Amino acid sequence: MASKVIMPKLSPTMEEGQIARWLKKEGDKVSMGEPLAEIDTDKATMEMQALANGVLRKILINDGESAPLGQLIAVIGEPDEDIATLLSEASAASSTPAPSPTPAPAPTSTEVEAPSAAPVPEANGHAAPVATAPASGRMVVSPLAARMAAEAGIDLRSLQGSGPGGRIIKRDIEAAMSQPASTTVSTGTFPRAVEPLRFQPAAVAAASPYRDEPASEIRRTIARRLVTSIGPVPHFFLTSEIEMDRAAEMRRGINALDPDLKISVNDIVIKVVATALVQHPAVNASFQDKFIRYYEHADIGVAVAIEDGLITPVIRGADQKSLSQIAGEVREMAERARSRKLKPEEYTGATFSISNLGMFGIDEFTAVINPPEGGILAVGAMAAKPVVRDSEIVIRQMMRVTMSCDHRVIDGATGAKFLQTVKKILENPLYLVV
Amino acid sequence: MPIITIREALNQAIREELARDERVFLMGEEVAEYDGAYKVTKGLLKEFGPKRVIDSPITELGFAGLGVGAAMVGLRPIIEFMTFNFSILATDQIINSAAKMLYMSGGQFNIPIVFRGPSGSAFQVSSQHSQAIESWYAHFPGLKVVMPSTAADAKGLLKSAIRDDDPVIFMEQERMYGNKGEVPDDPDFTIPLGVADVKREGTDVTIVARSLMVPVALKAADKLQEQGVSCEVIDPRTIRPLDIDTIIDSVKKTNRVVLAEESHPICGINAEISTQIMERAFDHLDAPVKRVSGIDVPMPYAKNLENLVVPDVDRLIAAVKEVAYLD
Repeated sequence: MASKVIMPKLSPTMEEGQIARWLKKEGDKVSMGEPLAEIDTDKATMEMQALANGVLRKILINDGESAPLGQLIAVIGEPDEDIATLLSEASAASSTPAPSPTPAPAPTSTEVEAPSAAPVPEANGHAAPVATAPASGRMVVSPLAARMAAEAGIDLRSLQGSGPGGRIIKRDIEAAMSQPASTTVSTGTFPRAVEPLRFQPAAVAAASPYRDEPASEIRRTIARRLVTSIGPVPHFFLTSEIEMDRAAEMRRGINALDPDLKISVNDIVIKVVATALVQHPAVNASFQDKFIRYYEHADIGVAVAIEDGLITPVIRGADQKSLSQIAGEVREMAERARSRKLKPEEYTGATFSISNLGMFGIDEFTAVINPPEGGILAVGAMAAKPVVRDSEIVIRQMMRVTMSCDHRVIDGATGAKFLQTVKKILENPLYLVV
Repeated sequence: MPIITIREALNQAIREELARDERVFLMGEEVAEYDGAYKVTKGLLKEFGPKRVIDSPITELGFAGLGVGAAMVGLRPIIEFMTFNFSILATDQIINSAAKMLYMSGGQFNIPIVFRGPSGSAFQVSSQHSQAIESWYAHFPGLKVVMPSTAADAKGLLKSAIRDDDPVIFMEQERMYGNKGEVPDDPDFTIPLGVADVKREGTDVTIVARSLMVPVALKAADKLQEQGVSCEVIDPRTIRPLDIDTIIDSVKKTNRVVLAEESHPICGINAEISTQIMERAFDHLDAPVKRVSGIDVPMPYAKNLENLVVPDVDRLIAAVKEVAYLD
């Protein structure tokens, strides 16, 4: 019996996936549990495993192409099995435009993304037959298995149930949990899904030529997430200039103790912000429609630029961690973020975020809140500046920070008091130890 | 500890309570001169005399009503029905008088009465004399319903029932009077109403069983253990109030549950337990709750058909395997 390979849900926010590359070719033998393809989700490149034994008979979604969750992307079956019915269902359900006999105006690969299951109209105007059942048909899961999967972060779509009618039950979840390979992130280098396209001449004379490149999953996720932030979340901004001489001196002092520590100014900012957050619980909070959630600890999201976008690894309980722990974690997670090996639980669920563009020479900027967090601190570059102290002009290391606040949970004075504490500790980092 | 039959355990309980409290008296058909139709009241007339142990005419509604009146004026009657099949005639006194008196008198009259007697399936006495009607009585607020499955439970629970200030329906399984078990001889031994007993601990499947189904469940659990399936057997002992917490705790541990009863499935106690499990432990269920009940027909007279109606070890084993996804 041929089995369908469907686009699995590999991250909590994933809605469709792009095939980074197939690890098997049509005609290759595959066995259950063997890596089949690498899939570029909105956040990471994940390995997809075969859930059946047999031969990879047909690949429907090629390298670089996308498919919505649950869409048929390949078929595994016996070498001589007739899979025509399965394939005709797929072509009816899929919205991928079939190659047209008449030359169409320069189709670009962005067109493959339309995820709807709408029937493709045929030339005579009648709708093509609709697939009898979507490949992403209703899953049958025992309540316990559903809860266990949610707690363990296991994607139910990646499992095959062993209960009656394919019901996913406790033992299936336990089996999945004992096979870490099924959810581990691909260790291979991140391949570019699409080769850059040539420039197309513009339709309007003299206008600049352009090229359309498929928006990557992560770029589309960033777009979607940010629109849900700056639109519905009423932002306001508070800026403060902070004298960093003592913090910088502390950093030099600590690094002199052990050159391997490599504490950065940003690590100190993380620690100070976390310390200030637990002193100002009203800022370490999140607006949740019917209630406001206050967090006990400060889980700090640290924005890290990666190829194609950004991601915010989370330093859990930063208020309770030492500077060296924070520095080590940031370094390690940023590295894995750049190779796209962060696990979903490592980049979601922060209580507050920090974005630092100081290394790009940015003096000050505003950042967009990552909902449902209540705020984000945008950190600019530290630079020597003339300032007035005791009626005299002296030179100090100054740094400007701007906090974006969700006004639904943080009011102006609340945010200002918090920022005051951040400033106080950064200017006198001894507060960290008193 | 002495090993005695359920019959003897019940006799001890009544004797000890008659001796302990002179307000307690016993009334029913054949309870005195004949020592009881099932010999539960053996020797009591001789020991306590005709004022405390009273033969009634064959008028269930009448002597049940006498009992309710006696309770209203401060006595503590034990009313024996020769079997609970005949209590059907007395349901107006039980449900409309005994159960509701405390409420309708604004708390002035509590009814410390025990209605007791054999219940459930018997051997080849056919449809009218072989049936389990506990769900009728458990339906009504104001009544407590007790169904012991061992000699010790029978004694400890009956003593608590007699001492209880509210009407208690005490259902003894007609086939089980001869079952033996260890029973403490301490005259102060009682078992509180409303507390379930874990008859066997296990990890894979919870079987909730009462009355006749408890020994059946324990036998099924033994056989399943040989196949590597560990069953926990819970006997609620009291149907109302029901100790649902003990059942829920067990379901949270095993994630699978089989409910056994000899009564009919529709509107039965298992239907109620199943609902409460769904309400309180939905996220802990790995399989639908499975009921094993008496077949939904009047009890046949023919031996072979009777055997098919009452749930047996094989039906329980099949149900356990179904919820454990075995075979």
